[in-house]
Amino acid sequence: MTVSRTPAPRTILSALFVGACGLAVLLALVPLAFILFFVISQGVQSLSLDFFTHDPVPVGESGGGMANAIVGTLILTGLAAAMAVPIGILSGVYLSEYRGSRFASAVRFAADTLNGVPSIVIGVFAYAVVVLPLRHFSALAGGFALGVMMIPIIARTTEELLLLVPNALREGALALGATRARAVFSVIVPAALPGIITGVVLALARIAGETAPLLFTSFNNRFFTTSLTQPISSITVQVFTYAISPYEDWHRQAWAGALVLVTIVLICSMAARIAAARVARIRGQ
Amino acid sequence: MRSSDLGFRVAIGAFAAALLLIVIAIGVMLANDSWLSLQKFGLGFWRTSDWDPVAGEFGALPFIWGTLYSSVLALLIATPVSLGIAVFISELCPPWLRAPLIFLTELLAAIPSIVYGLWGIFVLVPVVRTVEVMMPESLRALPLFSGPPLSVGMLAAALILAVMVVPFTSAIAREVLKTVPETQREAAYALGATRFEAIRAAMFFARTGIVGAVMLGFGRALGETMAVTMVIGNNPQVTLSLFAPQYTMAAVIANEFTEAADVLYQSALIEIGLVLFVITLLVNVVSRGLIWSMARQVSPKTAVLVPRGVEA
Repeated sequence: MTVSRTPAPRTILSALFVGACGLAVLLALVPLAFILFFVISQGVQSLSLDFFTHDPVPVGESGGGMANAIVGTLILTGLAAAMAVPIGILSGVYLSEYRGSRFASAVRFAADTLNGVPSIVIGVFAYAVVVLPLRHFSALAGGFALGVMMIPIIARTTEELLLLVPNALREGALALGATRARAVFSVIVPAALPGIITGVVLALARIAGETAPLLFTSFNNRFFTTSLTQPISSITVQVFTYAISPYEDWHRQAWAGALVLVTIVLICSMAARIAAARVARIRGQ
Repeated sequence: MRSSDLGFRVAIGAFAAALLLIVIAIGVMLANDSWLSLQKFGLGFWRTSDWDPVAGEFGALPFIWGTLYSSVLALLIATPVSLGIAVFISELCPPWLRAPLIFLTELLAAIPSIVYGLWGIFVLVPVVRTVEVMMPESLRALPLFSGPPLSVGMLAAALILAVMVVPFTSAIAREVLKTVPETQREAAYALGATRFEAIRAAMFFARTGIVGAVMLGFGRALGETMAVTMVIGNNPQVTLSLFAPQYTMAAVIANEFTEAADVLYQSALIEIGLVLFVITLLVNVVSRGLIWSMARQVSPKTAVLVPRGVEA
């Protein structure tokens, strides 16, 4: 006996809905594919060894690279990390160790708020705090701006990872007579350390791609410098300058810079993903 | 409590306090440095549209208009797409596909704004231009499509903003859907619901959190700087036209801050930054409140408000 019937309208509606959701995923993946395709194809054409070893040359001359900007980005992110890693990790420890307190709630709220502040506003803030008193643009100001952006990311990541550490570890340490500080730094933080390092790397990758907070803090510099009190070039600001210029040569340099930035992001995300999977596997056993 | 433990708490509390201090300091510094402009122009600053720094005229209406208009347009495009992705990943897709899809959407969020901008200038803008030129004359009469096809403008900005907001909103919406108890869906299926009906029930259950997720995306769009600056055309005017070059608050700060030679000019730009700070702050507080109340409703004890973004 066969019963043939047309599907009910609500079944059709359901199938349409499922299809629409799948379509939404494709819609988001299309721009991703396009962006990666253009950055890689345009970037590879323009990338050469010179890009990493030479400073920019004047318009009209061919060749040249972004050695100064690459070193600049390293210095800026290094400064940011020097500021944000201690503050971020210790705040995260506070948030997880004293999570019930009112002060912890206020700090958590501040971290989430700071995370939502537009990066250009952080730039204006860094200008007011560092550039105005020093009276000129400097690597210090740029590093400060990036550091401010990094702190809440590290704090919240550290908090989340510390909450995953089994409470028995903490209790064991305290039962053996350890002080709170000893329990935290010898037992709890080491248990979560791989995750925390991953979080720091991801935060670094994210701020290395920031442009807006650097425009009027570290500014830009055509020349190679490692001075912290001078304006310094960065890959992102350099790409911006080149992208809005009318010169073909500079456009090529901009694509090469974009490729370097995207490669950094890709490597960091993949490393983080692998590390996270390893942590999950260890935990699962 | 041992005295050494108290010392430890105070010591790391001092670092945590730095976080609080920074947020307060941002508000105070911006208010302080925009005082000149606040006093001189008052509310008129936000009601007039003449922006002529050379003549000393500062009217910021076009900037707030451009910021709100571009963000709302981006949201109109991004919201259905983000919710579709969130539903697909959390409710529909086979388990083996879940991790790769999450990775890809996170990658979309991780691409630096400047790279979006570069791609916008050299790839998206020419495409937008083709669309603008092909637009039939009859439609061009509408205020939405008026003006010459300049290729850079509101349309390109809204499109690129939408792409940038999608991974953000969908990640948070996914987290929110995760908090919906499984029993909600099972009950719907037990009553003979189709997939759509069961998911609709889950989404209804999570409505507060979903509104929060969409609002967080809005907050993100409001403050986005580089990509928008590079494709919106940077022309301060208040118009509905999608083809017209316009300007946003973030973009005018990015473009003009280093050129602002006199104190009043700089003060006016900092006031724009102050207002951008306050608006994004309000949007964030409200949307996080919504997500938090939703999480609390599900499990009052453990609501520590986890959803906060795509990083980590």
